[in-house]
Order: sequence, then structure tokens, then C-alpha cells
Amino acid sequence: MKSMQVIEQEIVEDFNLFEGWEEKYQYIIELGQKLPALDARYKTDAYKIKGCQSSVWLHGEEKEGRLYFSADSDSTFVKGEIALLMQVLSGQLAEDILNSRLDFIDAIGLRQHIAVTRANGLASMIKQMKTYALAAANIQK
Amino acid sequence: MAEFNVNEIRKDFPILSVKAYGKPLVYFDNAATSQKPQPVIDSLVDYYTNYNANIHRGVHFLSQKASSAFDEVREKARAFIHAASEREIIFVRGTTEAINLVASTYGRKHLEKGDEILISAMEHHSNIIPWQMLCGEKGAVLKVIPMNDRGELMLDKVEALLSEKTKLVSLVHVSNSLGTINPVKEVIALAHAKGIPVLVDGAQSTAHGEVDVQDLDADFFAFSAHKILGPTGVGCLYGKLHLLEDMPPYQGGGEMIQTVSFDRTTYNEVPYKFEAGTPNIADVIALGAAFDYWSRLDRKAAGAWEQELLTRATTLVSGIPGVRLIGTAAQKAGVLSFVIEGVNALDAGMYLDTKGIAVRTGHHCTEPVMLRFGIPGTLRASFMFYNTMDEVDLLAENLRNAIRFLQPQAAL
Repeated sequence: MKSMQVIEQEIVEDFNLFEGWEEKYQYIIELGQKLPALDARYKTDAYKIKGCQSSVWLHGEEKEGRLYFSADSDSTFVKGEIALLMQVLSGQLAEDILNSRLDFIDAIGLRQHIAVTRANGLASMIKQMKTYALAAANIQK
Repeated sequence: MAEFNVNEIRKDFPILSVKAYGKPLVYFDNAATSQKPQPVIDSLVDYYTNYNANIHRGVHFLSQKASSAFDEVREKARAFIHAASEREIIFVRGTTEAINLVASTYGRKHLEKGDEILISAMEHHSNIIPWQMLCGEKGAVLKVIPMNDRGELMLDKVEALLSEKTKLVSLVHVSNSLGTINPVKEVIALAHAKGIPVLVDGAQSTAHGEVDVQDLDADFFAFSAHKILGPTGVGCLYGKLHLLEDMPPYQGGGEMIQTVSFDRTTYNEVPYKFEAGTPNIADVIALGAAFDYWSRLDRKAAGAWEQELLTRATTLVSGIPGVRLIGTAAQKAGVLSFVIEGVNALDAGMYLDTKGIAVRTGHHCTEPVMLRFGIPGTLRASFMFYNTMDEVDLLAENLRNAIRFLQPQAAL
């Protein structure tokens, strides 16, 4: 398993190849279209994170101290964001997830396009992923 | 009628030359806020550069100049909505504060347990929540005039909803999420027949046609400067003088008083009674510049041009496979709202943004409207007289591309 720092760096380098917002948007949409489907039993209100303009269903599973996420959204762009977060966080140690700063979000210029809209609840998604990590870390202790 | 020269008009709005991601900006988010013509921008700079001072009671040169510039705007506001007297104009922060002011003063004074407030199914949250809060406080009931599937008010239901317990009707003039122009004059006549006053939310209507509060016979009329070419943070509440005089003050503070001692305070006269504290001087003055701009504009021609934009956009967008219009009232102004089968509104809105086209997505602060149509939100393109037919064409073309891109499996 690569470290989060290495994965984040790779994402930043990928995004550096893009000319502007249009290409970044298209790439994130493509990531969203390729996001593996979420098991239907997790697509319930218990797993739902309600954003202002889109909903996310997120499930986390712990295996040997590492967390594995799966998710879905009604927005393909949000699914693309989830895919990016999962590249970095899924399969990592619970403690590392808790301590993650996810600086790549700023580095790839994503935050400026979503923070202003309050639209897709990226912050809520990260919080929920960390909540899974916190629960897993507590069990280990 | 003289041809409406949109290209000349556009020169008045410097922001329309901005590039978004290197592409010409197409601004179709006018229902959220309008852009500002150069004289409005200049007036702000001029005020802060040349005569910034607190107004009224100031004996000095700057204060006198600022005071008279400020006071002149009240008359311009009166003329803009054809009120009988400039004393009927209260400066507030915007439509939301105007409605809250009426709820807190008129509403608190006249509402009792079991009384009713009547609104419509297409209100902006700003014309729902103040009444819900008031009803909660007083044990009163909020009633709702329904709308049909086209997003039109069901006028035939109004009379039955007006009871001896109804203390106020508060109705949006033009819906921000559907574009529907409501028959407010008819509703007012029905309400007045039973002695019930009516507040009209004019946040959207003031941008799209000439409003005459006396012709409507509205008791209260609220609007925001920033939707009508003016700055943010200021708006007007119109109220019939006898109603305003009967209402208790809104907030306590400077300007709204006559005399103050620790035993008692006597209040200033209308409209100052409702304007506690140092007002938003700069923005009121800039609103004055916006009123001046409207009075120089050929408003008939501008309105006709907007209708042409809306008609063309409606034709082009509704012709795209998968598009369903939300809000198809016979009388509409300025707004085209729609959903796309299988395409998330946010995704499509962001796609348009990458092309430099500004639209709005979501529930537009009208969640009950979305619920009524069984949708989470819409894409909304909203027009102003400075928009062009080429921009409308670009919107339609890029919407087709957005659908093609976001629905790769669909054969178009």
C-alpha cells in the first residue's frame, strides 16, 4: 500500500497536466462514471450524507486496522470527488486517515470550485470517512 | 418602437466583458443578482471619495452633502414603484428584512392565537419562514394557496382560503424558481373585499417590468436593490402610510427616536421610526444611481427584449431530448427552470460553468416548490435585458453537449 502522501502527490501531478478547470471537470466526471457501484443494501438513509444539492451514500469497512470505503451519489461529479478521496484514503490505516490533511484538494484547485457552492458536501464526506476511522481506531484500542 | 440596441446597453455593464476561464462570460444568473451599470459603481466610489459622512444632524459640509444625496433617493424609490408619498418608503437591507419587518411589527401587533396568514405554494423561503416564526410565537396558522402543474397560482382557491381569521396575505409577485407572474392585483382585490391587507414580494418583479403599487393597491411591497442593478445590502419596504403609522417600531436605536429619557422614549415619525441606526448610506446612494439608470432606460423595449430572450430560450431548451421544463405558466418573466432526464442538475450546471456560462442549480430557496414537482432541484437560467440571443443559443448548444457528455450511454 502506497502512503497517502505518495498517492496525493501522484494526483497533484496528474492534475498539473490539465490546462484548466474544463479539463479537470471532465476528468473528475470520468472518475465518477467509473466509480464501482455501491452495494444496494448501503443505499439507505442510514448511510446517507445530505448535501445542499446532492446526496452521498458512504459505507466504510474495517479489515485488519485498515478502512475500505464504497460510496455513491446522485451527482457524477461528486462521485468523481469520492473516487479521488477513496484513492487516497481507502485501504489506509485508521489512524493515518484520522490524521490526514488532504492538502491535495487545495493543490489541484478543487476547493475553489466547490467551497463557494456549498453544493456537494465534500467536507461532510471527509468528516464521515474520518468518523469511520475514529470508530475503527477506538475499537483497536 | 425603436429597436432595442443590446450591444450599446452592454457597454454600460463592465463585468459583461469579463472572461471566465478564458471564455466570454455568459451571465444567466440574474434572478440571484443583477450586474451593475457603471454609474452605480461610480456612485459608490464617488461617495467614499468625495463626501463620506454620517447623515442627518451633521452641521458640516460633508454631512449636508451626504444627507441630501441620501434623502433624494427616497423620492426616486417612490417614483420607481409609483407610491403616493416618499414617506411610504422605508430603507431596509433587502426583501428579506422588509418581510421580517412587517412580520415583527404589523404581524406582532395584529396577530392573535388562531389567526391566519395566507401565502402561496411558490414562495421563496424569505416569505415563508418569517411567517412561520410569527405563527409559532402567536399560535397562529400559516395557510397556503396551491398552484397547478404549470406552476400557476390557483386563483379560484383564494376566496375560500380568506377567512375572518386571515390577518394578512403575503404573496410573491414573480416566482424566482418558476418565473410565474402572479395575478397579485386580483388577489389583492379579493383580500380587500374582506378587509385583509396584502404584502407583495417584489424581489423578482421589479427587474422585469414597471410596478405601480397604487394601481395594484398593495398594502406592503418589498424589493431588493441588488436585483435591480443596485448594490447588495439595501432594499425598500413600501407600506401605505396609515398602516406604517399604526405599526410599532422595528428596532430601537439612533435616528428612530424623537426624545429619549430613561423613563420613556417617543418615536420619530414614519419612515424614520423604522430606520434605527446609521443607515447604509453608500448603498442607498448607489441605489439612487440604479433608479436613475432605469428612468433613462426604455423600459418597454427592455421588457420586450427580455420576453424575446425567454421565448427563444424556452423554444430551444425545451426542444432538447430529455429536458422537462419546470414552470410553464402562461405569464412568465425572466426565468427558465428545467430538469434533464438522467442528468444531475449540479453536474450540468458545472459543465456550463466550464464553458463560461453562469446558471444556478438547486432548489433556489424554494424547497416546497421542488417538493410540489417531486424533484430535488432544477437548472435555472435567468435573463436580464443585457443578455443577447447569441448567449441564449450558446446555452442551448452547450446544454446539448453537457447531456451528451454526462450521458455517454445515451445515443443522441
